[in-house]
Amino acid sequence: MAVKSLVKPSAYYDSVTLMLVARELVRLPGVNDAAAVMATEANKAILLQAGLLTPEAQAAGANDLVIVVSATDETIDEALSQAERLLQKKQPEVASEAPGQAFAQGYRPRTLTAAAKATPQANLALISVAGRYAADEAWEALHRGLHVFLFSDNVSIEDEVMLKRYAADRGLLVMGPGAGTAIINGVALGFANVVPRGPVGLVSAAGTGLQEVTSLLARHGVGITQAIGTGGRDTSQAVGGITMLMGLQALQEDNNTEVIVLISKPAAKTVTQKVLDQVNRSQKPTVVCFLGEDARSLGVEEKKNLWAVRTLEEAALQSVAIVSGKKDFDLSARDLSDNITELRRQLQPQQRYLRALFSGGTLCYEAQLIWRDQLKEPVFSNAPLDEGNKLADSSHSQGHTAIDLGEEEFTVGRPHPMIDNDLRIRRLLQEVQQPEVGVVLLDVVLGYGAHPDPASELAEAIRKAQETAAKAGRKVIFVASITGTDGDPQNYSRQEQLLRDSGVILCPSNAAAARLTARILEEYG
Amino acid sequence: MDRPALTQSLFGQPLTILNLGLEIFSRSLQMQQVPVVEVDWRPPQVAHLRFTRQGIDIDLANQEVCRRIKAGRPVLVGMGIAKQVIPNMHERMILHAGPPISWERMCGPQRGAVMGALIYEGLAKNEAEAAALAASGEIEFAPCHHHHAIGPMAGIISPSMPVFIVENKTFGNHAYCTLNEGLGKVLRYGGMGEEVYARLKWMEKVLYPALDRALNKIADGIDLKSLIAQALHMGDECHNRNRAATSLFIRAVAPALMRTSNDNETLAKVIEFIDQNDHFFLNLSMPAAKAMLEAAEGVEGSSIVTVMARNGTEFGIRLASMPERWFIAPAGRVQGLYLPGFKEEDANPDIGDSTITETAGYGGMAMAAAPAITKFVGGTPEMAFQTTLEMYEITQDEHDAFTIPALNFRGTPLGIDVRKVMETGILPQINTGIAHKEPGIGMVGAGILRAPKECFEEAFAALQSL
Repeated sequence: MAVKSLVKPSAYYDSVTLMLVARELVRLPGVNDAAAVMATEANKAILLQAGLLTPEAQAAGANDLVIVVSATDETIDEALSQAERLLQKKQPEVASEAPGQAFAQGYRPRTLTAAAKATPQANLALISVAGRYAADEAWEALHRGLHVFLFSDNVSIEDEVMLKRYAADRGLLVMGPGAGTAIINGVALGFANVVPRGPVGLVSAAGTGLQEVTSLLARHGVGITQAIGTGGRDTSQAVGGITMLMGLQALQEDNNTEVIVLISKPAAKTVTQKVLDQVNRSQKPTVVCFLGEDARSLGVEEKKNLWAVRTLEEAALQSVAIVSGKKDFDLSARDLSDNITELRRQLQPQQRYLRALFSGGTLCYEAQLIWRDQLKEPVFSNAPLDEGNKLADSSHSQGHTAIDLGEEEFTVGRPHPMIDNDLRIRRLLQEVQQPEVGVVLLDVVLGYGAHPDPASELAEAIRKAQETAAKAGRKVIFVASITGTDGDPQNYSRQEQLLRDSGVILCPSNAAAARLTARILEEYG
Repeated sequence: MDRPALTQSLFGQPLTILNLGLEIFSRSLQMQQVPVVEVDWRPPQVAHLRFTRQGIDIDLANQEVCRRIKAGRPVLVGMGIAKQVIPNMHERMILHAGPPISWERMCGPQRGAVMGALIYEGLAKNEAEAAALAASGEIEFAPCHHHHAIGPMAGIISPSMPVFIVENKTFGNHAYCTLNEGLGKVLRYGGMGEEVYARLKWMEKVLYPALDRALNKIADGIDLKSLIAQALHMGDECHNRNRAATSLFIRAVAPALMRTSNDNETLAKVIEFIDQNDHFFLNLSMPAAKAMLEAAEGVEGSSIVTVMARNGTEFGIRLASMPERWFIAPAGRVQGLYLPGFKEEDANPDIGDSTITETAGYGGMAMAAAPAITKFVGGTPEMAFQTTLEMYEITQDEHDAFTIPALNFRGTPLGIDVRKVMETGILPQINTGIAHKEPGIGMVGAGILRAPKECFEEAFAALQSL
């Protein structure tokens, strides 16, 4: 046993704090006895009695703090440094406190810095302030050691690159800018669905894409470890996939993750290469869904641990197949065997075109990929796959038309269509007045952040639309899919029932809805 | 670069989230029972400045400034007569509170205090003579702050006045302050008259020698940092309330006073004088602050305020990066409570060097430690908490020696950052006394106010050009 002391001049602590520190010290292995006291004469007498009065403690004054430890030679220095750490914490209970307890008096911190200082256990900042302020706030969060979920868009690409490089150097994750969805440790951030925990880990540069895949997994009984959103620009040449690569590597190292899914719109060639190289560093089964790109277009040979799929639905089904021990999924049995001929018969000869009104940008993209293969005529869009099919005027449809109502042209000064159905309903009523419209396709996105009951509003609008069409002697076919789960606040089954009751044909996925639409219209022609 | 893996720093860790922006995201997290702090975010009023034009990282500079302030160890080491111990003080010099000012522009109470001091010094027989002498140009006026000194209210230090000498043991620098005269009609509030001079003479001839003898007997001096830390736990913020600290000071000095006095009646009067003046410790709390802050001056690129001071006409601040330069704005109006017979119209604008306590991270910054003083403005203890919590928004750091029990022993807000004041629009909280605007009358009340915005704007502009 050795006795060693530490004197801190002019360091006043109240006696209760010091007793708490001493109590912690005595609990350390190898520590026989410990004291933390102000070096008053009375306290020195107590130290003397306890055999803890070192010459340094003897020489200290009433305003000096003395810490004395009696312990084995091996543990004594560690015990003393632990004492310093405990004093620095000064609030041994802080970790167990509810956050914001420092604000119990009703004070709401005005700045991220003040909030972080009062909440030392905070580890993530969720930032959705206007874009021109967002980068600064993200810097501050990173400086404070926080991971960042940056929902805001309109952050410059230069800022994005600098933020992500800075963060990556420090092992911090920047999700976004423009990250809509993430599920970290089971917590839904931004727009996200309630899905079970399970073996699949995901990284996605497409927000609704991540929602669609995680929801499909959940509805197939497969849960997730982590779902990391990167923001849409992450896989561009300029950003270089910093967040996707970090997320991928983390999932490769994560013992709970058995299968990895990567989602993006087609990525820059260099990024694709880096991602594929990183995939190859691990044996974990990995499903790469760079929308529309298969193994051939990615220039990879599918090895035993890599599957390159073209749609969100395939990404989900392939993951389910791997989890359940099968090599590949089987799509053929999935589509509804609705009587296409029966459906077709409901349409007038001039009703040749589809109108798809999307709230989810990635879902709009996925549907167009399917239609590119299955429809003879082109699909025009405000967010087309090929610039040649761009709508001349987003407010007027022509031929087959797919509108992404979440595009900025529709959301400036107005809530996103996932939150507010008004714009979509108005457009829907406008479309059914066109005699050439045969099928209207809708996506309904549920989860945290979304409208509390979208199906009720849409169902009512669809009834109204059918009345309008009926007056003109027509019937329009409504097809929809729901991105969501029964755990979502809106409840998938209830939303499904509401839509069915209004005569909508429900499909199990966005891709399936797109295929059904194509079949109705193609077979009609 | 040490790069912790996400699998350890994020995966599997319980999330605690700070939300800035859309409230729906906070609601969603609350529905999931995830701890979330909803920040009451508003757009910054100016863009955040990270580097000076010379490329200095302002945050790093500020960290260094706060490190030095926190490392400071102010100890009362002795006493002396102003002209003998204050550097560059001389027989014809009068030091005053606040930024530099001429006799012509001085406010009523500061003029009153100057005249009173000249009479006390025997340089003038009456007020008229004193005024003429003050205006003659024969007397040199200088801010206390230019001489490592600090003065409450009018802040007058004249050559014969006894002063405390406070040494920052960590850095070796010194600060000086007169002895507190008490309340009511006193020189520092501009009070004039026979009783004022008689008291000052008694302080010079009786109080000072007694304390001086006692302090000489206390080998290591009296540790002021420790007294302030304890007083904060006893209901003082060590600016407007010094009752606990004054009591602690008596405890610290009493045995030595006893041992060095052979006249019990004198001794009793000395202790009585200190005891009857709840603000006796203010004149120690102030030089303690000055000694800690001065050691942090001269750090290039820092945006931390190291001086806030008022002369009753103007409010001035100085930055650690530009310690020679004053940024000045008109002095503000104090909201407060008034002594019987006085009202708001009688009040002089904000005055005194005592804002050094806020600058050093106590005083108004530590309101939550002293809820009793919110009575000055009809406030509640709740308001005291709100004030301190708000001050964390504009400070770089938290003190590690000065803590607030009611905030779970959180350190007091330390290091007012001009950038944060500008970004948030939150101005430093100041607790203060109120002097009558006419010379010769004295104290009329006490209250609170915020520092004026303009001097921070000017300092921020200067910082942007560094």
